[in-house]
Amino acid sequence: MHELSICHSIVDIVGRHAAGREVRTVYLQVGALRQIVPETLRYCWTLVNADTPLAGSTLQVDSVPGAVRCRACEHRQLLTDAVLVCASCGGRDVEIVAGEEFLITTLDLAEA
Amino acid sequence: MGRFHRHDDEPGHGHGHGHDPADHDHRHDGPSPDPDSAEHGDHTGYATGTERVEVLERIFGENDRTAAQNRADFDAAGVTAINLMSSPGAGKTELLRRVLAQLQGSVRVGVVEGDIETSIDADRLEGFGAVISLLNTANGFGGECHLDAPMVRSALSRLSLDALDLLLVENVGNLVCPAEFAVGEHHRVMVYAITEGEEKPLKYPVMFRSVDLVLVNKIDLLPHLDFDLPAFKRNLQAVNPGVTVLETSARTGHGVDELCTWLQAARPHEPAAAG
Repeated sequence: MHELSICHSIVDIVGRHAAGREVRTVYLQVGALRQIVPETLRYCWTLVNADTPLAGSTLQVDSVPGAVRCRACEHRQLLTDAVLVCASCGGRDVEIVAGEEFLITTLDLAEA
Repeated sequence: MGRFHRHDDEPGHGHGHGHDPADHDHRHDGPSPDPDSAEHGDHTGYATGTERVEVLERIFGENDRTAAQNRADFDAAGVTAINLMSSPGAGKTELLRRVLAQLQGSVRVGVVEGDIETSIDADRLEGFGAVISLLNTANGFGGECHLDAPMVRSALSRLSLDALDLLLVENVGNLVCPAEFAVGEHHRVMVYAITEGEEKPLKYPVMFRSVDLVLVNKIDLLPHLDFDLPAFKRNLQAVNPGVTVLETSARTGHGVDELCTWLQAARPHEPAAAG
């Protein structure tokens, strides 16, 4: 349940960018290799924001699939499971190039 | 790819109104580009009343900034910091007792002991000359399931880093959350008990992938279990190729010499996985 403390971090960042304006939607990018459960995150969002100015806002989660690049043969592929092996050459020297994102991309604010 | 769908609904008919927000989760059909170069939605022509503001801020940014401060303090004091993680009951505290007993008198050790409640584990580590700083994470919501960088920073205020060579951070027992939070450590070490089953690296790859050393603990139980050690090691290498593995028993002391040698040879370096 680290989603709860994560929601507090999101609240801090959103508050800084919203600067007192009404927040309608918070857009997140969450990589598939992050252990973040979007449903839990949204539930915690309502929990931590009950009775606050963010109570009516929505979290919009954009999932990014994991992807790796093989350092030996340059092959790129989506990760379908946890195993880090190149599907092209069978090598294990692969680096994760996508799927670890965890950021707030944009906010929808009520016009001032 | 890497782009949000358009949000040009009428005011009052935006997201979260009259339909399950889960409907709006959508997946890319390819690898995401660098977030900094990604296009984030259509900034023209959406309905009046709503203004889109670009943020592009990492949610772990604050934690990572504090982790960097912690690491700078460790480096300035010449302290090697280890983040020790495992599921509950894998044997972190008992292994630590063995390590503290062995290093007593030769290495100055500090321990940050993370637990949701009680000082039971901290009490178990008393008597070996190590400085213990207890962190209870209870917060009114049932307790944090991990240590984060600010929590460790608060524990550091009760330790004198200049008087230490090695800092062992015993994280909250949990195979998921601690892997997401850097605390400023130089190395991550995981205790895995063979009673947990061979498939755990595949089920919890983030944790197993984030560590530099895996201690395969309770190895004294091997004759009594159906545990398939080679299968476990194959699964581990599949998610973290090349990771160092040591077999240990906190009960018999097996492997503790090797662990202490590894800890003493551990020199500060950039951790492989920062949150």
